[in-house]
Amino acid sequence: MTTLKVEQGSAYAGILGVGAYRPARVVPNSEIVDAIDSSDEWVQQRSGIKTRRFADESETVVAMSVSASRDALEAAGIDPRQVDCVIVATVSHLLQTPSAATMVAHELGTDGAAAFDVSAACAGFCHGVAMANDLVRGGSARYVVVIGVERLSDITSRTDRGTAFIFADGAGAVVVGPSETPAIGPVVWGSDGEQYDLIRQKEDWRDAIAADAPEMPHLVMQGNEVFRWASFSMGKVAHQALDRAGVTIDELDCFIPHQANNRITDALARSMKLPAHVKIARDVIDSGNTSAASVPLALERMIRDGDAKSGDVALLIAFGAGLSYAAQVVTLP
Amino acid sequence: MSTEEIRAALAEIVNEVAGVDADDVQLDKSFVEDLDVDSLSMVEVVVEAEEKFGVTIPDDQVKNLKTVGDAVSYIESARAAA
Repeated sequence: MTTLKVEQGSAYAGILGVGAYRPARVVPNSEIVDAIDSSDEWVQQRSGIKTRRFADESETVVAMSVSASRDALEAAGIDPRQVDCVIVATVSHLLQTPSAATMVAHELGTDGAAAFDVSAACAGFCHGVAMANDLVRGGSARYVVVIGVERLSDITSRTDRGTAFIFADGAGAVVVGPSETPAIGPVVWGSDGEQYDLIRQKEDWRDAIAADAPEMPHLVMQGNEVFRWASFSMGKVAHQALDRAGVTIDELDCFIPHQANNRITDALARSMKLPAHVKIARDVIDSGNTSAASVPLALERMIRDGDAKSGDVALLIAFGAGLSYAAQVVTLP
Repeated sequence: MSTEEIRAALAEIVNEVAGVDADDVQLDKSFVEDLDVDSLSMVEVVVEAEEKFGVTIPDDQVKNLKTVGDAVSYIESARAAA
């Protein structure tokens, strides 16, 4: 009988570099509130959000991904031709096929890297990091670019009071590759399809097109139910991710949750009993909720602001439509 | 637990979640109008209360809990039924 040859990867993997792309146009609450009969004060009180960024025509999902990835590769000191795999996490690449990732891989100048998109909504980036970790350790890839990118402004209704002030645009990327020490902990992930209705595209494309006055299907969300799930169920998931990585909550330096809403971050930190010394990502205040892009954007921001340093132990946790979630502890590059 | 003990324990939760002075959390006070506890904070209060008192407060009941007294009565009957 013929025995197949298999390959072994690196014993350990880690995040080697981080990059971000923030669209140029800053949109303050004052531009949003009239259409939803609200106020700057209410939006800030409800979400912490002061401004967000909306992409223009030239800032496409692919263009933002390429820009963020170039920064991440440069930070990692990795040439694009060394990249074996490109994973794009997004729900707002509006061309159904081909994936955004193939174009990103091409424009980055990879040597025909494997490329595919991941649809896990706000949790997509942490799903991508989990897969990249296993690809590198399993020997399927040596260097993987993981991107979280969204143009949620394309699929957000300006007049929906529950979401118009929340969703925004941007891209963040990391390079995952071999590491001499364990730098990405085991993923704790899962889904709860029973609650698929809590955050979703309002209708599918066929129904949208068949309507008398067809319009772009937009995102809808049941805010209070999502708040309950995100603040409490995710606190338990966060603790599981710490346990699986063998890290106590006191050893944590940075907490980087999906930037859904500053109130969720506060409630999550309280429900987790996060110690006061842990630095908490608050990028949502200036960036809004950028779904799959929010964790890498917040990570890049913390590094740039000096709140996160090389060697710091950070907990990443992301959660959203599906419902789906993923969390892992990482050591920062 | 007496009504007063439930009120006092609930007041501690409201203080922790929303920063409201625990002495202000009296039975006749409205969460929204008197204590400035909005719907998101109310979700947190409810979940903490469920844990503390060992009861279940479904989402569709939360909107009926307008005053501290409403919440205390709900918790009392839920505990009695348990």
